Amino acid sequence: MNMASVFQVPAVFFNQNNGYAISVPIEKQMNSKTVAQKSVAYGIPGVRVDGNDIFAVYFQTKEALERARNGEGPTLIEAVTWRYGAHTTADDPTKYRNQADSDQIRQTRDPLMRLERYMKNEGLWDEEWTKQIQEEITEEVERAIREVESYPKPKVDDLFDHVFETPTWTIAKQKEEYFQLLGGEAKWR
Amino acid sequence: MALREEQLSASIKTNRMTLIQAITDGLGTMLEADDRILLLGEDIGKNGGVFRATEGLQERFGPDRVMDTPLSESGIIGTSVGLAVNGFKPIAEMQFFGFIYPAYEQIMTHVSRIRMRTMGRYTVPMVIRAPYGAGIRAPEIHSDSVEALFTHMPGIKVVCPSTAHDAKGLLIAAIEDPDPVLFLEPLKLYRSVRDEVPEGQYMVEIGKGKKVRDGDDVTIIAWGAMVQVAMEAANQAEKDGISCDVIDLRTLYPIDRDIIAESVQRTGRAVIVHEAHETGGVGNDIVSIINDYSFLYLKSPIERIAGFDVPVPFFALEEHYLPTPKRVHHAIKKTVDF
Repeated sequence: MNMASVFQVPAVFFNQNNGYAISVPIEKQMNSKTVAQKSVAYGIPGVRVDGNDIFAVYFQTKEALERARNGEGPTLIEAVTWRYGAHTTADDPTKYRNQADSDQIRQTRDPLMRLERYMKNEGLWDEEWTKQIQEEITEEVERAIREVESYPKPKVDDLFDHVFETPTWTIAKQKEEYFQLLGGEAKWR
Repeated sequence: MALREEQLSASIKTNRMTLIQAITDGLGTMLEADDRILLLGEDIGKNGGVFRATEGLQERFGPDRVMDTPLSESGIIGTSVGLAVNGFKPIAEMQFFGFIYPAYEQIMTHVSRIRMRTMGRYTVPMVIRAPYGAGIRAPEIHSDSVEALFTHMPGIKVVCPSTAHDAKGLLIAAIEDPDPVLFLEPLKLYRSVRDEVPEGQYMVEIGKGKKVRDGDDVTIIAWGAMVQVAMEAANQAEKDGISCDVIDLRTLYPIDRDIIAESVQRTGRAVIVHEAHETGGVGNDIVSIINDYSFLYLKSPIERIAGFDVPVPFFALEEHYLPTPKRVHHAIKKTVDF
């Protein structure tokens, strides 16, 4: 951020503060109350928004992007949210926090659910339109998954061919010797 | 006081445990014995570490001795240096060996040279623990074996156990050592290896390798997860009538030159196996040691089977990156057929 500030680059630093680094909560990661205040040290605008409020995130990001495009330098946005689930498939959050609380937070603060409640209250909710959008998006995601899963498996060549534009002699030699050892080269290429 | 390996007697009770349980046992034993010992790392407290090496230790010894730190490897090492210089014995956990890169600056500019900088007035008796290596289908940076980045640099010792017994013994030796020690844990073996671990304190001497198989035709030298690969290749070679000596090096700096000389001078042939990249790997230092002490005993050129000179790939190609018994077996035959 210091570099970005010194050179006044058109950048937006968007911090998705979900409260956790695997098991360690943010209060143990830093003693400052907010991430946004770190912008003060670098002399750039810093804003802290409710990251589960779609409108707040949208308008603050829009403003920051406008500043960047107008040559007015970088902005730090801290969007405060919550990590509902585990950090990875190897993580078990019940070891270090109450998952019932986490599920409760999801029920009350999830941005999609909040937007739905807001639109219903404002009389903007259209059941048909929503259903259609959900179907379209589901299809789009499934299509993407199908596409990615249909990619061919990586070839053994890929292990050696992308380290340099032209492989060095050590890599070329290792590749050649390995293919010799594998025998039936065609199977692996 | 910790016993030396040769002082271990049959009267000492042992428990059968996995390599990672032996590490937890070693950490607990030493935290109990010496209140200058502190543990620092990411998620090592309530969570017990991502591999559970520190499971239950914060509960037993409190958050002042088993500390969750912010996500900052350089901060963990820098803080440990301050503690070590001032009389504590910190044990810093790097979540994965590949995460050590941001801490390399602290290790190279302070950990490894404070003794020299102060002509021995100040010392840094600390241990850096790091799970290393591939074979568990982890993502990028989580599978690196870059021990040579540390063996090359003066001022830090490097050890790497392959059994539960040696893990606890080397860990205690590293803690008791007056100088900084990098303790590499083969994560692939964490739960697949299981053997008898003595209760209480004992040390496996730093700088001493171990013969894990006796043979007369070829010497195989390996460490960490590659010891099993070497053993499997030795079993295959046995079927061809080739008998192999297998050395588990255990310490990568300083290397046990005597155990290598004794074996190579008898067999006249050597195969070195490591999963780190071939160029600049520790295997090259072993070639130099053989050249220095056993050159005239050699019957054939020394073979090296190593990871290729490429970043450790994603899991789909991991099995092709890692040395296999087949590659090692091929090298054994090459040394014999020369």
